[in-house]
Amino acid sequence: MIIFVSLLVLVMLTAAIAALIFRDLLSAVIASCLVSLLASILFLLLQAPDVAMAEASIGAALITAVFVIAIRRTDRYEE
Amino acid sequence: MRSIAIIILLAVIAVGIGVALTAIPFGVAKTQVGDHYTESGIGDTGASNIVTSVVVGYRAFDTLGEITILFVAAMGLGAVLAGGRKLGQRREVEPASLILRTGCRFLFPLLLLFGAYIFIHGHLTPGGGFQGGAVIASAFLLVYLGCPGRRVSKVWSQTAESLGALTFVVLGLVGLTVGGHYYLSNFMPHGVVNELFSAGIIPVIYVAIGLKVGSDLTGIIDGMMEETI
Repeated sequence: MIIFVSLLVLVMLTAAIAALIFRDLLSAVIASCLVSLLASILFLLLQAPDVAMAEASIGAALITAVFVIAIRRTDRYEE
Repeated sequence: MRSIAIIILLAVIAVGIGVALTAIPFGVAKTQVGDHYTESGIGDTGASNIVTSVVVGYRAFDTLGEITILFVAAMGLGAVLAGGRKLGQRREVEPASLILRTGCRFLFPLLLLFGAYIFIHGHLTPGGGFQGGAVIASAFLLVYLGCPGRRVSKVWSQTAESLGALTFVVLGLVGLTVGGHYYLSNFMPHGVVNELFSAGIIPVIYVAIGLKVGSDLTGIIDGMMEETI
């Protein structure tokens, strides 16, 4: 259990740092979506299913969609 | 000079946070309110989901504020997007792939059903109005992605939004006059715990919140997609 949670947090940290580093904004959005998705699994493991549902539906699905639409209207690559 | 000032300021903040953290007793219950909610939440509100008994029972007025914030945010986004609209600049819409089209037709009713299930059963199982509304909004997002050209009816979404807000406010006012001495008091009979029709006004308010959040988030998606396509 503790190993799984540590692995989860490690992947989350990696994805969060990757989202900061990526010059391709679409990849950065996907990385931050991964952070939200893993955070919702973490919330479920911490016995907060209500928060997990909100995080999965809003953080992983809707926010990602809004960012992708915004990127389509502006530039894909950071200067 | 400036960087030295920044370093001194950061050091002061760090020391302040450190002192504050050592003063907090970790792992000890500091207030009794959490224990009270977990012990008498079911008896007070009739909702077997403790989170729901806090969100729509004890703290229902705060939830009304949250709904208002979401509504104002959606309205502001609509105003900003409507201000920058240029006519005659619509791009050619690419048809979606076969998988996305079929998936959207197949999943859309199931997602709607799942969202409605989440907010109708909010007082029994995890989830509630916000989560159900977000699932319903993601169902509409799937339609916007999979079947370009299809639009949410403005009349229907605005009707659902107004109906949700109106139900919430009017139920609160009825509770103020009939049930107790405060706004949004639970005046309907609580019924048997763990049954669908129980917990008084909580399921009704959660259905209202689900309609409101779903139509607000769908409105945000609709405004952004309309600009893009």
